[in-house]
Amino acid sequence: MTATAPMAASVMDALAEVYDPELDEPITRLGFVTSCEVGPTGDVAVVLRLPTPQCAPNFAFLMAADARRVVRRLPEVREVTITLEDHYTGEEINAAIGRGEGFAGAFPGETADDDLRALRELFKRKALVARQSRLCEALLAAGATPEEVTACRVGDLRDRPDARRCLKLRAELGIQCEEDSPAFVLPSGEPVAAEDLRRWLRTARLVRMSLEVNGGICRSLLRVHRGVEIDDPEEVLT
Amino acid sequence: MYERKGEKYFVVDGHIHFWDASPENWVKGQEQYAKGWIECFHAYMGLGPPETHWPLEKFMKYSEEDFVKDVFEEGHVDVGIFQSTYLKSWYRDGFNTTERNAAMVEKYPDKLIVNGRFDPREGEAGLKQLEEDAKRYNLKGVKVYTAEWHNGSRGWKLTDPEAQVFLDKCKELGIKNIHAHKGPTIWPLDKDAFDVKDIDVAATMNPELNFIVEHVGLPRIEDFCFMATQEPNVYAGLAVVIGGLMHARPRFFNKVMGELLFWVGEDKMLFASDYGIWEPKWQVEGFIDWAMPATEEYADYPAVTTATKKKIMGLNAAKLYDIEVPVELQLRDGGTPAAKEDAQLVESA
Repeated sequence: MTATAPMAASVMDALAEVYDPELDEPITRLGFVTSCEVGPTGDVAVVLRLPTPQCAPNFAFLMAADARRVVRRLPEVREVTITLEDHYTGEEINAAIGRGEGFAGAFPGETADDDLRALRELFKRKALVARQSRLCEALLAAGATPEEVTACRVGDLRDRPDARRCLKLRAELGIQCEEDSPAFVLPSGEPVAAEDLRRWLRTARLVRMSLEVNGGICRSLLRVHRGVEIDDPEEVLT
Repeated sequence: MYERKGEKYFVVDGHIHFWDASPENWVKGQEQYAKGWIECFHAYMGLGPPETHWPLEKFMKYSEEDFVKDVFEEGHVDVGIFQSTYLKSWYRDGFNTTERNAAMVEKYPDKLIVNGRFDPREGEAGLKQLEEDAKRYNLKGVKVYTAEWHNGSRGWKLTDPEAQVFLDKCKELGIKNIHAHKGPTIWPLDKDAFDVKDIDVAATMNPELNFIVEHVGLPRIEDFCFMATQEPNVYAGLAVVIGGLMHARPRFFNKVMGELLFWVGEDKMLFASDYGIWEPKWQVEGFIDWAMPATEEYADYPAVTTATKKKIMGLNAAKLYDIEVPVELQLRDGGTPAAKEDAQLVESA
């Protein structure tokens, strides 16, 4: 028991790197990990549960597959079993993940993109827009002018959590993220111009609100449907 | 009709159901899906005020008496529009079919409208059925649920060539309101099934039809807004926005309403309770009492006036469905909300 406790903690740390692609939040913070057990010989069993059994199969698969990948990377881990429970396509997803297969393994003939690359990329771009809008609003609220905001470099914003996440997303999307790269970029990677900032922010803030509202609905449903009490940064259901 | 502080509101509930999800109606071998579906709906009820929650057993199949009390007597609803939803893969006689809803319309003809449905994967038989339904029920609208499973197929798109055949048939039959609802599955499964691009294309190709996007495209409200702001014949159906957010997430409710008013505009938003997921009473009363907070966070959203609420609460939908509104409940300046020809493209800042 004593030997597995620190290992369980490191498994949970690893799972904190798995993000819900639609919400851009770690699955651990959303309460999606319902159990994480480490056996005496280093076998790991992780159980995931989403807010409803009808959550979209493609996003469910991505989270389960990512969970397997990050846990398998840990040196002391042997067998890894990921179980998505109480989901209407859980059987197909669990079987494919267990065999180490891609999305097509779960739904043969029903997909053209085995590793869901396009879907993943689309939502990373949305997440980048949403995170940048938070950074931008914080700067404007602190009195920065549009010129000052768009003059910001990556190196100027490094210490903020949203900025760190932006850099990770940019790296994964192949968008430049050197110290002197522009801090605010369009999904294409082009810098946002000062004269376009207000307009860009109007759309960016809608994207951000969409992600946050969806996260709020998921948290509410987890609470009323699954009885899961989780950290809720916004509001609390009364 | 709902009266509050000297103002009278005509209430059209744009999205109601009279379903049967009781175990007797579950398809053999598909029980887990039938059960999972209704339990998931029941969870959504939990986002409303606690005193409005029902036990699951009642939620699975509520009575005509419940319906009349909740919608007409206590719910302030002048006219309710049934959005028929079939789900026959899981529910033997369907979840709430046109037929089941129409039986209620027969009993309360002045207070209820039934919308039909179509599924382009049903081909010729489906077209024939749509034609029969349109004549029998005098259909002015249909609800389409693109994520429905059908003979091994996982969903469809409004841009499928077969779907255009059905849209053409709608025009021919005098059906002008297409209520589109997105769901979590569509072939191929690797695509984002909640994407509303197909509605965008269909709305452009069929300017004589109105496309009401149910649940404002949630969970893709951003894609919906970017689309609706460009398409004069695309409307926002507010089911789930009010029921799911106004009580449980009031701050998000303010923001969602603010964004919708900005991008879509008050002439193209339609109240809907989604009954029996939520009762209309608390939603109508709460919405009329709701005000955008006067703080910096919400400062650049459009103003919410009594006229805004009158339009959203019923006048916009009345226009789409040719519902006669008593003179004292119309806008005082004689405005004609939701007239397509008047719809203004919202300036995108």
